[in-house]
Amino acid sequence: MNLRRFSLIAVPYFWLLALFLVPFLIVFKISLSDIALAIPPYTPTLELSEGWAGFRDFASQLDFENFEFLATDDLYWKSYLSSLKIALISTFFCLLIGFPIAYGMANAPKEWQPTLMLLVILPFWTSFLIRVYSLIGILSQEGMLNQFLMWTGIINDPLTILNTNIAVYIGIVYTYCPFMILPIYATLTKLDGSLLEAAEDLGCSRTEAFWRITVPLSKAGIIAGCFLVFIPALGEFVIPSLLGGSDTLMIGKVLYEEFFANRDWPVAGAVAVILLLILIIPIVLYQRNEQKQMEAEA
Amino acid sequence: MRRLTWFNATSLTLGFAFLYIPMIIVIIYSFNESKLVTVWGGFSTKWYGELFQNEAFLDAAWVTFKVALASSLIATVLGTMGAYVLVRGGRFYGRTLFSGMIYAPLVMPEVITGLSLLLLFISIGLDRGMFTIVLAHATFSMCYVSVVVSSRLVSFDRSVEEAALDLGCTPFEAFRLVTLPIIAPAVISGWLLALTLSLDDLVIASFVAGPSATTLPIKVFSSIRLGVSPEINALSTILIMIVTIGTIAASLTTKRAVMRRQREERMAEQTG
Repeated sequence: MNLRRFSLIAVPYFWLLALFLVPFLIVFKISLSDIALAIPPYTPTLELSEGWAGFRDFASQLDFENFEFLATDDLYWKSYLSSLKIALISTFFCLLIGFPIAYGMANAPKEWQPTLMLLVILPFWTSFLIRVYSLIGILSQEGMLNQFLMWTGIINDPLTILNTNIAVYIGIVYTYCPFMILPIYATLTKLDGSLLEAAEDLGCSRTEAFWRITVPLSKAGIIAGCFLVFIPALGEFVIPSLLGGSDTLMIGKVLYEEFFANRDWPVAGAVAVILLLILIIPIVLYQRNEQKQMEAEA
Repeated sequence: MRRLTWFNATSLTLGFAFLYIPMIIVIIYSFNESKLVTVWGGFSTKWYGELFQNEAFLDAAWVTFKVALASSLIATVLGTMGAYVLVRGGRFYGRTLFSGMIYAPLVMPEVITGLSLLLLFISIGLDRGMFTIVLAHATFSMCYVSVVVSSRLVSFDRSVEEAALDLGCTPFEAFRLVTLPIIAPAVISGWLLALTLSLDDLVIASFVAGPSATTLPIKVFSSIRLGVSPEINALSTILIMIVTIGTIAASLTTKRAVMRRQREERMAEQTG
């Protein structure tokens, strides 16, 4: 192997090893340690100067205590379950709102499509934080939504939406909607219109043709969109901490607080390791879906 | 097939209303005279004035800008190298691990990335500050750049590269003179993506930033926690405007480039 090829591979390779893989190993190691009143606040620490004996001593002190703690304390498994529930329900609503938008875009006149596409991409480039912020003013007690609903006479007293789980659902659906729309739109534009005409010629009603042709053929886009919403929503931190209430349990928020407020690094590490294990399943499924789609196109 | 039915028109209108009304309200209320964020007190631009007087925001914006520029440039170089290795690298030891490390950060929850990098910086005794934010941002955005660039590398005809090599180019010359101009649009959009990711990032930065460096999202986040304020409305409006102008400009440029290429192809067909 010549030097140039070696350095071309080595530079990004070692960068990722040092700043992506090694940090994970450190998290894993700390999740097996115990909390201590020291700097850094965990024990044991590896003493390389003591050689092999030092390493053996270090390894013998590691245990799965923190994981046992996570299993016994209600807070953690409740947060994992509630994160899963919030992510699943928001993904469902994203699909419910995103699919009609993507469908409308794909069936809009050809000359409109670049503009519609731009309108979906624009929120995607806009700061995530600002988009979450824009919801605070709408959902608060004296916010726009309550003012509007009281003005129309639907309700007499303002609803409490901000700082509840409902606000978290609205927040996730609002910010992640473009991730659902774009892959579905991409598969719908590739859909061969003559298939629908054929179905109608053969006696299908339009609704029937939609369910038997459009939906199955856009399945890859729907699956991709669902994972693109579900995976980041599961570990979400910003939305539950800005829109949710004190009783909103989401694992990203729990991890953040465990680390910064309680300064319990070993438990925070264990929370992270479990979250990663939960995420491996959807990530593998997502990648398999992408691969299948690429093979289908090739 | 391509006609606007009643159903499609409704879903598009409602859908885009949902996506845009919250942001439009923020923009309107940034021009509100009143300090109260829910009552309209007349038109005024005074909150923009106050924003530009606010040293803390200006400092944070400057830090964010420097971090984004540095990290996006590093990410673009590393990401392009990574894409080249993925697509053209052939077989080498640990290839599967390499592609895994390129794709994994894209789906990694930010809290985990932030936590793990912070623990790394602490265990090697690196002082937290602007430098650590740059390292963190460069690492996760290089993966996005790699994905964008590699999709372009996959789709272009490899024989032009081989022709350059046959005609006596060194591999580096072939890359600089042939490959790079072809993948340039993807490299530029990868760089823009890296820039935006870095400008937007809150979670990873709040883990790896020390007390010496506060980025704009960190500053905004801590003031949002106290509630809605007209100054943040003004700041949001400015950021939304920058993104809007940038996105429209970028889409017009690509549209023009596509049209020029089509025209050139037509002319080449006619003369050839």
